[in-house]
Amino acid sequence: MKSMGATQEEYYRGVRMERYDLVKELVIAVVAVGVIALIGAAVLSSPDVAPVTIATWSQADPVDFVTTATGELAGSSTSAGYGAPYNSAGPGQSWGPIAPQSWFGVRIPIDSANAFVIQPLQRASFSNTTLGTALSTWQNATADQQTTWLDAYSKALVDATVSDGAVAVADGDYGPLPVMMSNLVGIAQAGGLDGLLVINGRFYQTDYTQPLLFMGDGGYLAGLADQAHLTGSLWGMMNETGQYPGQTWLWLYTMWYQVFPFNSDTGFIGVNAGNADLGIIILMTLLTVALALVPFIPFLRDIPRWIPIHRLIWRQYYAPRKGAART
Amino acid sequence: MAVTNSPQGADPGAAARPESNSWTLRLRQAIDRHLPMDHLLPDRQPYYVGSWVYVFGVVTIAALAWVIASGVVLSFMGPQWWHDSRVGHFFNSLHFWSVQLFFIFMVLHLWGQYFMAGWRSGRAATWMIGVIIFGTSILTAFTGYLSQQNFASQFIAINAKDAMNGAGIGAFFNVLNFGQMYGLHVMLLPIGITILVVAHIVMVRTRGVVKPIDPEGGARP
Repeated sequence: MKSMGATQEEYYRGVRMERYDLVKELVIAVVAVGVIALIGAAVLSSPDVAPVTIATWSQADPVDFVTTATGELAGSSTSAGYGAPYNSAGPGQSWGPIAPQSWFGVRIPIDSANAFVIQPLQRASFSNTTLGTALSTWQNATADQQTTWLDAYSKALVDATVSDGAVAVADGDYGPLPVMMSNLVGIAQAGGLDGLLVINGRFYQTDYTQPLLFMGDGGYLAGLADQAHLTGSLWGMMNETGQYPGQTWLWLYTMWYQVFPFNSDTGFIGVNAGNADLGIIILMTLLTVALALVPFIPFLRDIPRWIPIHRLIWRQYYAPRKGAART
Repeated sequence: MAVTNSPQGADPGAAARPESNSWTLRLRQAIDRHLPMDHLLPDRQPYYVGSWVYVFGVVTIAALAWVIASGVVLSFMGPQWWHDSRVGHFFNSLHFWSVQLFFIFMVLHLWGQYFMAGWRSGRAATWMIGVIIFGTSILTAFTGYLSQQNFASQFIAINAKDAMNGAGIGAFFNVLNFGQMYGLHVMLLPIGITILVVAHIVMVRTRGVVKPIDPEGGARP
């Protein structure tokens, strides 16, 4: 077998070799890049907008908070009807027979009504008989009765007012809902719900799936993101708060969400806004594989030969030289 | 049991036995054959390597060194530190700008290698590993943005979950789970990138830099 060392020497045979100090170049590069990064850090700092808590949400916009919690009970929130991996309420995204969202089933089970509303209230009702009675009334009511209360309460919330952080609605037959919701708002405003939603039966926890899903169901966090120009229609995934650069390298991925068929309700060959996430992930996977396989793809691998940028890169090599053959 | 190093104990036939019996020796000989030190750290290069485009690869490595160094400090002090401490925030800023520089230089390096058709003459695997490094770096940065523990992290997580879930990835890669994202960001993915970058550099040094495009030839691997 021919050694690789001999191969490199054969490859360069006849090529003029010059002194080149790789280590010196690397050291200079490390110092130069470090100076730029240090200046950037010292002068421009970095983004760190404080996270939204359920406490700040319920304090700043208690009506949105109660409306979201009511939607969780009614099963009308985004998370309640999401489907896999959280529940079986929705079909998930698919494209023809390709349905990876449902293939893996419910791997992170979350019952939105119970997790975000009922269970926190049950914990809080330990020493609160009024709340305990309201919860019992709710749980002993028929599904039809619960739906009637939820419909009436949801409509009343449209004209709700806020006084000292408490949400008030017009008089009506809402069953135990006003008591339940006023307690939930109180717990949330005191910071209790932030803790209750990450309880996992163990002391330590690092999983914020539940509070993030709950906040994602509401309109408050999305409104702040809109003000910060982070939303998807503004290529949100590659943006960062403030004037800082975000994940600009995701430009191609976020671009697809802005164009047909991924932004269309009707779409093309079954790909539309409804399954855009699946369609774009498939497309980006194919493009990444194509990028890796460029050396083997005719046309793509020939472009560098057709577009003479290499003549700029290797100017010295292509420059006419007197009395010397190019090697 | 007595062990002797005396000449009487030496096996007179050892020198005649095939050296390939020793795995250690075979490994050393393979390394010597494939990557002798004068190829790993050459002090001479073809004259056309003087082009500025070759700098992009080196500065990408330099930026990665700063990303790793600042990341090690941040991970040592824990994820809360940089929110509460001015020094911690400075190191986070250093990490942030190093990452930005890393991506700028890496993309320039990628485009440079594309227009040089750097995969020619048996270098396709080097190109392919480079693309894998690019993809792994994007994933690492993504988990980093999810690990920031600030408003941007929350919003990115809430939106990104739909893409991950829609593709079935969310069943295993839960962007709402800070612990999972942080662990991947500070441990597994950086180790993966480091191994891939070392492999990439070794492959470049093993084969040497590619010759300029021959006007008469193609751009095949």
